[in-house]
Amino acid sequence: MLNDVTFGQYYPAKSFVHNMDPRAKIVLIIAFIVAIFLARNFFGLAAVFLVLVFLVLLSRVPFGRVLRSIKMILFVIVFTAILNLFFYSGESAYEPLVDWWIFTITYESVVNMVFLALRLFLLVMGTSILTLTTTPVALTDGIESLLTPLKWIRFPVHELALIMSIALRFIPTLTDETNRIIAAQKARGANFETGGLIRRAKAMLPVLIPLLVSAFRRAEDLGDAMDARCYSGAKGRTKYKKLRFTWRDLLGVLFFAALITGIVFLNMYLGTKFDIIAQIASLF
Amino acid sequence: MQIVAKGLTYTYNPKSPFASNALKGVDLTIGEGEFFGIIGHTGSGKSTFVQHLNALIRLTGGSLRVGEYDLADKKCNFIELRSKVGMVFQYPEYQLFAETVEKDVAFGLKNFRKDMDEEARAAAVREAIETVGLRYAEMEGRSPFELSGGQKRRVAIAGVIVTKPVILILDEPAAGLDPLGKQELMELLHRIHGGWCKTVVIVSHDMDEIAENCTRAAVFSEGKVAMEGTPAEIFSRSGELFALGLDVPMTARCALRLKERGIDIQTDYTCRDFTDKVLALWKAKGGGDAQ
Repeated sequence: MLNDVTFGQYYPAKSFVHNMDPRAKIVLIIAFIVAIFLARNFFGLAAVFLVLVFLVLLSRVPFGRVLRSIKMILFVIVFTAILNLFFYSGESAYEPLVDWWIFTITYESVVNMVFLALRLFLLVMGTSILTLTTTPVALTDGIESLLTPLKWIRFPVHELALIMSIALRFIPTLTDETNRIIAAQKARGANFETGGLIRRAKAMLPVLIPLLVSAFRRAEDLGDAMDARCYSGAKGRTKYKKLRFTWRDLLGVLFFAALITGIVFLNMYLGTKFDIIAQIASLF
Repeated sequence: MQIVAKGLTYTYNPKSPFASNALKGVDLTIGEGEFFGIIGHTGSGKSTFVQHLNALIRLTGGSLRVGEYDLADKKCNFIELRSKVGMVFQYPEYQLFAETVEKDVAFGLKNFRKDMDEEARAAAVREAIETVGLRYAEMEGRSPFELSGGQKRRVAIAGVIVTKPVILILDEPAAGLDPLGKQELMELLHRIHGGWCKTVVIVSHDMDEIAENCTRAAVFSEGKVAMEGTPAEIFSRSGELFALGLDVPMTARCALRLKERGIDIQTDYTCRDFTDKVLALWKAKGGGDAQ
């Protein structure tokens, strides 16, 4: 029942991308997002898309698996796309396509909508590559390492990373627990599959209460276990697995630098997103 | 109701790197009236198998019939099946949720017997609570979360037997109980077995528990039934059990030691029978020619 949560699920494989340093991957994903927002025309987005396809091939994660993360936010994409279609307020160089009541659809609003949907699509796909190729532990390690400068302003970086890794660590445990409780209540005749939204929400109560009780119990046990091992925060703590930058990360940085430079050039020579209308028209 | 499984297969997370074959063709028949034991270590598929019996896991390969219900049939009435096949999970106390013991025990009844009136329901709840050895007047209004561990487990079991299932399945029912608690639990199961509850199936790691209580048992190993028979038959093949990484009851270990010294005892491996036989032998030997 709860096994289809793909977003942020690690896909085990051996690949170039899997072997990269998590810090490098986080920074490069930010570069990837910058590239998406830097692109002012469709050629830039196409370049980003090609890079994305290349990354997926390189990471050896099946395309279907990456696409599944889109399913979760498909609604958001469609919703923002429709809003943008109807309420785009920019100037238009052409006759409006539809002009009815408060709705105006122009060529520009269509272009804008497509552009925005593509951006969101690339954004989610790109970030899901990060989570598909990096274990949660490596990811929090990377974040902790990247946030180290914040320690200067006494920001509890280590504690934050610990909270994150504990939360991530307990997702599968609590998922298993949920499935077990669901099975147990089903065996007592609970019905989760039929009925309206309110009835279904009510039916979840016999699952949520035991789940909450057991989450508290686990939290207390974990706290005791940490105390028993004399856990005392970040002070004097060393790492078993040290993060190290390798030639892979250098290659990655060069590659993304090339991508961003490429997009800047595409922006300079191939006009804005709206010029696509004239560009298509000139083909005929 | 008889349980007949043929060629049952099941795979967790199919078509993914996490795919694992939990069941690889299980053939097993559990007759009505049996007190059946399922043995096997973690990951042998025993829990997956028992969850098939009341359709908590849907059949994906092979065939399974429970009484008149054909679980391969999509039109099979699973809700009705679940009211007849009760399932007590491992650590059932973690599924308690209601404000009072009374409400928690009544949960199954409210789901399965919607037409039942208040009085009949209250009577059934009372009977279930008393069957598991708790005092109704003391319990009904209390919150299940303030009870002791043993009491919680009893309440949870009451919540399953309140619908009087014809087949009762228990996954490691005695796990985490003290010896007295274990004994009381088994006495409880024997009390209801043979009444409205025709068949009891217990999943267990504890070989002594199987030897003492079960009429028949099956050993699961790597998703298959490795051995099947009465406890006496199974535990007489101790070599095979050790090879599967399993243990034998204390009585079987004693019998093995005696055999090494040339004393062969024919026993069914229950404590009483074993001690009787040993005592008889002792008396016979003390009576005359001592070796």
